[in-house]
Amino acid sequence: MKAARKLLDSIRPHFEKGGKLEKFYPAYDAFETFAFVPGHTTHAGAHIRDGIDLKRTMVTVIFAMVPALLFGIWNVGFQHFTALGTIDTKEFLDLMLFGSWKVLPMVVVSYGVGLTVEFIFGIIKKHSINEGYLVSGMLIPLIMPVDIPLWMVAVSVVFAVVIGKEVFGGTGMNILNPALTARAFAFFAYPSWMSGDKVWVNTADGAVVDGYSGATILGNLATTGTTGSAYADWSVAEMVIGTIPGSIGETSKIAILIGAAILLVTGIASWRIMLASAVGALTMGFIFNLAAPHMITEVQRNFMAIPYWQHLIIGSWMFATVFMATDPVSAAQTPTGKLWYGFLIGFLGIMIRVFNPAYPEGMMLAILLMNVFAPTIDHYVVESNVKRRLKRVKAVAQ
Amino acid sequence: MSKDIRIKRGLNIKLKGAADKILATFNPPGIYAIKPDDFKGINPKLVVKEGDEVLAGQPIMFDKNMDSVKFCSPVSGEITEIVRGAKRKLLEIRILPDQDLKYVNFQAHSPSDLSREKIVETLLESGVWPFIRQRPYGVIANPKDSPKSIHISCFDSNPLAPDVDFTLHGLEQEFNIGLEALKKLTSGKIHLNVDGSTNPDKAFTGAKGVQINKFRGPHPAGNVGVQIHHIGPLNKGELIWYLYPQDVVCIGRLFANGKADFTRIIALAGSEFTKPRYVRTLPGAQVKPMLADNLKDGNVRIISGNVLTGTRIEKDGFLGFYDTQITSIIEGDQPEFFGWLLPDPNKFSNSRTLLSWLQPNKEYVLDTNMHGEERAFVVTEEYEKVFPFDIYPVQLLKAMLAEDIERMEQLGIYEVTEEDFALCEVVCTSKIPLQSIVKEGLELVRKELS
Repeated sequence: MKAARKLLDSIRPHFEKGGKLEKFYPAYDAFETFAFVPGHTTHAGAHIRDGIDLKRTMVTVIFAMVPALLFGIWNVGFQHFTALGTIDTKEFLDLMLFGSWKVLPMVVVSYGVGLTVEFIFGIIKKHSINEGYLVSGMLIPLIMPVDIPLWMVAVSVVFAVVIGKEVFGGTGMNILNPALTARAFAFFAYPSWMSGDKVWVNTADGAVVDGYSGATILGNLATTGTTGSAYADWSVAEMVIGTIPGSIGETSKIAILIGAAILLVTGIASWRIMLASAVGALTMGFIFNLAAPHMITEVQRNFMAIPYWQHLIIGSWMFATVFMATDPVSAAQTPTGKLWYGFLIGFLGIMIRVFNPAYPEGMMLAILLMNVFAPTIDHYVVESNVKRRLKRVKAVAQ
Repeated sequence: MSKDIRIKRGLNIKLKGAADKILATFNPPGIYAIKPDDFKGINPKLVVKEGDEVLAGQPIMFDKNMDSVKFCSPVSGEITEIVRGAKRKLLEIRILPDQDLKYVNFQAHSPSDLSREKIVETLLESGVWPFIRQRPYGVIANPKDSPKSIHISCFDSNPLAPDVDFTLHGLEQEFNIGLEALKKLTSGKIHLNVDGSTNPDKAFTGAKGVQINKFRGPHPAGNVGVQIHHIGPLNKGELIWYLYPQDVVCIGRLFANGKADFTRIIALAGSEFTKPRYVRTLPGAQVKPMLADNLKDGNVRIISGNVLTGTRIEKDGFLGFYDTQITSIIEGDQPEFFGWLLPDPNKFSNSRTLLSWLQPNKEYVLDTNMHGEERAFVVTEEYEKVFPFDIYPVQLLKAMLAEDIERMEQLGIYEVTEEDFALCEVVCTSKIPLQSIVKEGLELVRKELS
């Protein structure tokens, strides 16, 4: 610790005003403040400050994602060897090794590319490097299919950080959730790599077992109206535990719930958004249950008829609600606004999921849409407060 | 008609070093100083020069914006030094006190026999008037105005705050005379806002002709702005005056004895005092004698006032005019190795990302470290948890930053001052200097609308 301090102090003059590397001060600052919370003291206002800062907040969210990441790594291996029919001969460690070999490069690319872009912007715009990407960088691999090429991850990350965030002024100023911006970019730029039944499970080396299908449950629902296929009929237990194909981090509802518990206990994520999103999704699912018998095609009749509560364990509803909808920057900011925002995400997410087979998962679009509408929701909430105040003046005047 | 109000949102920060209920006496301190910066929004004009002899209660300066508001010497003695800063800004008027204080004689009179004009005049002439401040803005009241009501917060909920019942004990008579005088100043009510979770001193419970409101709940329940908001929020164009119990005692003494006697009891509190206790002193007293043999070693910050809203002073600095406590805490100027990652059990946080929520009764020794760097607004609903107003704090702050006066009015700027945002500033993840923003916002509105 002292050695680190000494090293930082010894190179510091190069980065300060007049030093050779003056331009790179934001980069130096990022490393220094990563290793040491600076000894800055309060100079105006309150003399004591809370122990929390943005780094602590972000690292807590990363902790919350760890269960989903670990399960995701295991599941990549599990799905792979299951598809090849060799699962019986493999140990837990084989699964983790294969999964790590596939997933960790995505994490490295995501952080490497994303942080590089952040550093470049920090240096050009001379602002300190913000912590926001620490969370986005972990989220992006978790919401991608395992077979997406690494360069696509890299391009999506660049797009998300530049267009999604930095053009607005960096962390705290963005309108859209950066991680979902990355996914939306990949989805619309490379649709064949982001949907269908080939991308969710890695089957690159070797022949798959007879009749194998790597389709996700939502993929099956959109094409056949049933959760399973001829290959596999997924049970509720499998959906909850997460031994199903899907984006890397989204499959295990248990792992996600552990993360949700961390976020709710620490108070970092809004329980209002999560609860409202659940209510919204269940409401839409219930409406579909009622409407199902009146649909024209059989596929649609079947899709709509799945028990309304199953929407919560199918697809990415839970992951999106826990980790994406609750991003404080792109969500509604007022307590009442958060209820509307959350409700509409759940409601619209399930609606898009069922109505539009071109987008087998609606949560991404629902959240991005509500990101755009969040300021409008807040506007109406705040206006009602303003009106209340005006009314008070009038009541006094009379 | 008394109101019983429970404040739900807020935060009590428990710090080590609360003052023991011992009233210590000190030799008369070396010097006193009047600091124009203690008085928000005034434009000071001196009426004395170095070498002048003054009596206690004799004007030292007045406010050019409101000529009648005078600032008087708390002691008799000689003006030894007039300290000026950049651009000849008036910083301190230092006074060396006489051994035995001599007072200007204002005639003792029962305030109930006096007219409003006479009471206002006496308060102005004696320099007691500046204790009376107004909402909105939290500046000294304009003697020409007539307020809707007068609020007196009879308890202090700030961290390590002095026990108001203790400081007022035995002063019922002066307090009541002071109240009599205040009743003449408003056609409305006098509100005594007491702590509903304790038995308030009989100075408060025995007061006649006032409305006693009981407040329960965490800080900022003792802030007068919160109390006004919950009893009857301030609307545009309305005025409320406010002051504190020891100020009322000072008014009482003025009419009972005919002397401007500013004596008050203040708390010496904080982790770095070896003997945290109460002392009887005067506003503007040098703190040096109070700190002698009473401070621990190390780099210590001395604050005139409390840790949330107080002013940093030097060890030979002076007690602020309005302050009722001196606080000492450690300067936290050491970098912390991976301080953001390791959950240090001695760190305090209102969030649950550190361990402090598991030990709610622990008394903390907190230092002045920022615990992070300034960032943009990211986390939401954080201020609301400690901000018991029907106001959207972030939206109001953004209107202030945008200097949008109309929006500030719409969002309730008249109901708040800096101190109401002090807790928000403490808990802010992004370390945004909220009190400075609010101060500038209020200043802007006040200047534009006056």
